[in-house]
Amino acid sequence: MLKPNPRLQVLTASSLILIALSTYMVLIYAPREIIMGEVQRIFYYHVSSGWIGALAFFVTLITSIIYLATQNERYDHVAMSSAEIGVVFTTMNIVSGSIWARPVWNTWWTWDPRLTTATVMWLLYIAYLFLHAGLEGHDRRRHITAVYGIVAFVSVPLTFMAIRIWRTIHPVIIGSVDPDAEGQFDMTTKMTTTLLFTVSTFTVMYFAILWHRVRIQSLLEHMSKLKYQMYNN
Amino acid sequence: MKSLTHNSNDHLPKTGQYWRVVKTIVWKDLNIEIRQKTLVSALLIFSFMVILIFTFALELDKSTRENVAIGVLWVTFVFSSTLGLNQTFAYEKDRGSLEGMLLSPIDYTAIFIGKFISTYIFVVIVEIIVIPMFYILYGIPLFSPVFLLIVLLGSFGYTLVGTLLATIAMRTRAREIMLPILLFPVSMPIVIAAVQCSNAIISGANWGQFSSAFNIVVVYDIIFLGVAIMTFDYLIQE
Repeated sequence: MLKPNPRLQVLTASSLILIALSTYMVLIYAPREIIMGEVQRIFYYHVSSGWIGALAFFVTLITSIIYLATQNERYDHVAMSSAEIGVVFTTMNIVSGSIWARPVWNTWWTWDPRLTTATVMWLLYIAYLFLHAGLEGHDRRRHITAVYGIVAFVSVPLTFMAIRIWRTIHPVIIGSVDPDAEGQFDMTTKMTTTLLFTVSTFTVMYFAILWHRVRIQSLLEHMSKLKYQMYNN
Repeated sequence: MKSLTHNSNDHLPKTGQYWRVVKTIVWKDLNIEIRQKTLVSALLIFSFMVILIFTFALELDKSTRENVAIGVLWVTFVFSSTLGLNQTFAYEKDRGSLEGMLLSPIDYTAIFIGKFISTYIFVVIVEIIVIPMFYILYGIPLFSPVFLLIVLLGSFGYTLVGTLLATIAMRTRAREIMLPILLFPVSMPIVIAAVQCSNAIISGANWGQFSSAFNIVVVYDIIFLGVAIMTFDYLIQE
């Protein structure tokens, strides 16, 4: 368990290389957007971190359900680790969006449906992490956080629908175009390539971090079992 | 592999018996409240104070009052319900009767339904008294049947999720602090939809203008009733 895993080392190394390449693509390869200028480049990281946030929370939902069905503690480790990573990437998503919004929307923050939903989602999983830290007893903690992982995810789409009754100004780059959105732009081929590359990079990076985090969690629980044995013998 | 909806006592529960358990739990909680009268009266005083604080904090003159009144009313409901929900398992926890309940050969979801119904009754009693009080203090007519329906449906969903999360909060180290942290973000959709819906009703909008918000409230109630019944077993087990 303590030995370094060669597959994980390969994954870590390749995600480092991909990050270097995507930094080059975002800063140099991608063309400068004609109206917004250089600040538009933050968009590649903004979309990628938002995607990882959603993916991570979805992984938490699925592994929570599998945990409750199988009672295999491995899935609990994945659920908890994924939620932690999701909170970090959602924070990056919100902060980068805010930096972009200052010059483009002329405000750091607005109560737009997407922004509000992202914030509520962020709070939900911070509460999830609080809950994880505030529970005693391994089995009890696993059951309860798994239930909260399900409850939290179910409420996210409902929050989005509830808030969407208000008007949105958030641009929709992929899919349908809303005429009310501000900061809309058409992507050139180079921009699309850069975006896809950054999203893939972040996805590889997510799995590398997740694997590391799950390993740490397993080691921590292994250690606490050893401690327990030591004190009770 | 156990299924998600497993019963801890598959051989026992029959519908009649299930509802007898629910009735016993509800009756027990109502009986305690009828004798002690602490919870509902405390919640009423608390609600009144919240309204008072809002009145001074927002310096409500007549025109602002009309714009924010529904928001103030719902915040009052949310705060006082949360306070009430914190007491859901207070007696069971203090006197150790929770273990007794869990040892008896009953379906655990009956405990949940019973606890939910009794908390919901207390919340509704408080709301029935707060709404006329609010009318007297703010002068906004609140007695439309659709508005009262949305109050009932909104607090149904809020109390339902609240009872489920109170079961979780009860098991953490910092019980009372944990409940609002867990509950507020999860209840966001129903609170937003209920406030929008109530505002539209009070300002005299027609059904087409608030039907989507109304639907979200109903959908939220149904979805979380399902989620609660499927997951409660895992929360209550030791």
